[in-house]
Amino acid sequence: MKAGTKFLAGAALIVASVGFLIAEGVKETGVYFLTPTELASKTAADPTFYNVGLKMGAKVVPGSIRRDRATREIDFRVSDGTQSYPVRFRGLVPDTFTDASDIEVVVEGRLGRDGVFQATDVLAKCGSRYEAVAPKTTKA
Amino acid sequence: MTLLGQFALWAAFLLALWCAVVGFSGRWRGRPDLTTAVTRAVYGICAALLVAAASLWKGLLTHDFNIEYVWAYTSRNLPTYYVVSAFWAGQKGSLLFWAVVLSIFASAAQLLSSRRHAALLPYVAAVTSAVVAFFVSVMLFAANPFARMAVTPLDGRGLNPQLQNVGMTIHPPMLYLGYISITIPFAFAVAALLSRKLDTGWIHAIRKWTLVSWLVLGVGISLGMWWAFVELGWGGYWAWDPVENASLLPWLTMTAFLHSVMIQEKRGMLKRWNLGLIVGTFMLSIFGTFITRSGVIASVHSFTQSNVGYFFLAFLVIAGVFGFTLLYTRWPLLKPEVHLESVASREAAFLFNNLLFVGIAFSVLWGTLFPILSELVRGTKITVGPPFFNRVNVPLGLLLLALTGVGPLIAWRRASPANLRRQFTWPVGGAVLVLAALLGSGMRDFYAILSFTLAAFVAGTIIQEFFRGVRARRRMHGESVPIALGRLIARNRRRYGGYMVHVAILIYAVGFAGMAFKREREATLKPGQSIDIASPFGYTYRFTHVGISQYQVLNRIVSAATVQVARDGRPEGVMTSEKRQHFTVENGEKVPSFEPSTEVAIRSGLREDVYIVFAGPVNGTEEAVYRFTINPLVWWIWFGGFVLVFGGIVTMWPGDGTGAPGRARPAQAGYDVALVNTGAEP
Repeated sequence: MKAGTKFLAGAALIVASVGFLIAEGVKETGVYFLTPTELASKTAADPTFYNVGLKMGAKVVPGSIRRDRATREIDFRVSDGTQSYPVRFRGLVPDTFTDASDIEVVVEGRLGRDGVFQATDVLAKCGSRYEAVAPKTTKA
Repeated sequence: MTLLGQFALWAAFLLALWCAVVGFSGRWRGRPDLTTAVTRAVYGICAALLVAAASLWKGLLTHDFNIEYVWAYTSRNLPTYYVVSAFWAGQKGSLLFWAVVLSIFASAAQLLSSRRHAALLPYVAAVTSAVVAFFVSVMLFAANPFARMAVTPLDGRGLNPQLQNVGMTIHPPMLYLGYISITIPFAFAVAALLSRKLDTGWIHAIRKWTLVSWLVLGVGISLGMWWAFVELGWGGYWAWDPVENASLLPWLTMTAFLHSVMIQEKRGMLKRWNLGLIVGTFMLSIFGTFITRSGVIASVHSFTQSNVGYFFLAFLVIAGVFGFTLLYTRWPLLKPEVHLESVASREAAFLFNNLLFVGIAFSVLWGTLFPILSELVRGTKITVGPPFFNRVNVPLGLLLLALTGVGPLIAWRRASPANLRRQFTWPVGGAVLVLAALLGSGMRDFYAILSFTLAAFVAGTIIQEFFRGVRARRRMHGESVPIALGRLIARNRRRYGGYMVHVAILIYAVGFAGMAFKREREATLKPGQSIDIASPFGYTYRFTHVGISQYQVLNRIVSAATVQVARDGRPEGVMTSEKRQHFTVENGEKVPSFEPSTEVAIRSGLREDVYIVFAGPVNGTEEAVYRFTINPLVWWIWFGGFVLVFGGIVTMWPGDGTGAPGRARPAQAGYDVALVNTGAEP
């Protein structure tokens, strides 16, 4: 066999492995990223959608956060304006998860049949306070 | 001052447009006056942008809160050091920073390039000026750092406390420097294509540039990992966040380029591939900026979501179409001079290495874009996280690690069995011993075992290289070991510097593998209560909560929780983790300016880091919530960063030591091939 052919075989093997690893990885680890409204329509259409691992992006409903520091349990509601879900999480939330009025969160976990989202991870991004709209911008 | 800054931006913009138009037109050919004018325009752009930078800095340092940018990122009680670094803390300032640095690099490229490349330089000026013009136009038309407000607030909003960290003041500019400097190799590549001077000239012209931008980007990424580890408090350093991935992508393709370029220099192969890599790397650097600033992909790195991102998307498309079309039109000129002779050869090892680098880059890109792609194709957003990236990249990375040992030692063209025996007997033997020791010690994590074993193999190859080099010098010149070692490195900087970089990479591999053995526990403790954690090295740590104290420092209120640490019953002192609440003073009252931030307590060791996060008190009592983490081998990652820098500096140290790898030992099998080959196959 010529060297070029052998090399191409090796290259094809590498490319195929990369492709296989990517396809497998997506299949095994990919999770839905949904808004509460999308999640509601999914569960309405397909009851087996409960207890499926997914991520949900929404805003925390102001004033809904209840923390039990001693047990490190946090309960709060998230909403996208239309649909809302209660979320339960046990663990340490990041510093950006505050009682401020409009924090955006991404919760990872699964929706139980009782309608409570059991989160295994909470990411918080405080969109507005770093980059609030300036009082009134004029051109220099 | 803002008026001056504004004026300087317009001057730079118009000058850059002129320079780009004249440079690309090619009309300067045979007209020395126009050629000089193009070069001077590059310096002029640089001067104008320096004036703009000076005016922004003046606004920051004089607390001119009427300037929106100054108001948004600084405050009166912010330490001066951070006022200075606030220049690049926000979107608008960092755009100016980018433009200034690029114009400095562009000038340096004109000034420092050898006269041999004079025919390329006006084209280089055209490309760099076009990129500068783009950045300045974003500022002028979408994100003006000199924008003023209708009212002048008494104080600014201050800098996000998480950015008030030394690492964080260096990390972004380092990343920017890395990103920005990629423009210069890209400019030379385009210049070579435009002028049809496609010999290795352009590669020699950019050798140092690619090394510098590769190294600076690597340092920027490493600093980011360090900052994430010490500042963010989640106990890790790499989360496969889109913005992190965006910085890794050009670094990967540039690493591939640094390797494949050797093949082109030595053997005249891979010309198209190399040009493709440079154009691709430049595009990835712009893509990274796009991801970071557009908010199209959810990321914890919160640059504001803004339309600025779409400027970058447009620029990305234009640059990509331009670059690849140009490459396509010159395709026939880029025929390889020789063909591959054997898969058991250095060329083949480097080709596989390149495929793996590009494969890893592709998988990272794919995973990063997957939410967008899946939404486009299937209508629902599907995300992949760290499990995906680890699943895909750990095997590919380990394969690459193995090649790190093979590539530099295997013969060019065709390795004989004798060559393979001579080069690999000892390293493979060493790796087998390490494997046996690991299995004997009871380690069972597959990938960790493979990492350590392969790292041992690579270390073996490198030690052997140094050993043989020193021995040869001692025989030939009768030098003592330290002198022989010093001269060996000094006279073959590119080669031995490269080995040092490989050492850094295998140190990284060991550090990454260590994370497989991380131990973590969360606990709520009253004063006097304690918790035990067994570390992977067999120690038992006991953490005893001492108490919480509160006090005020500078612009923040601090709650500090103190823990007594004992290892196997022996006291090891106390560690203190803090919760900080930054504030501004309004009407004589303290108003919290940001959400609280955490100061992690870290005790670093060669074997493991003890990492304590104080998550807050329970309802104002002295009962505290903690997360205790034992992070094995993390120290080695930071140490690997230093080795990387050292090796990188050795590699690019100016002078006559930059001989091509292998020149020192022409007697070795396969090394002394004729560099210009006819391409005949055996």
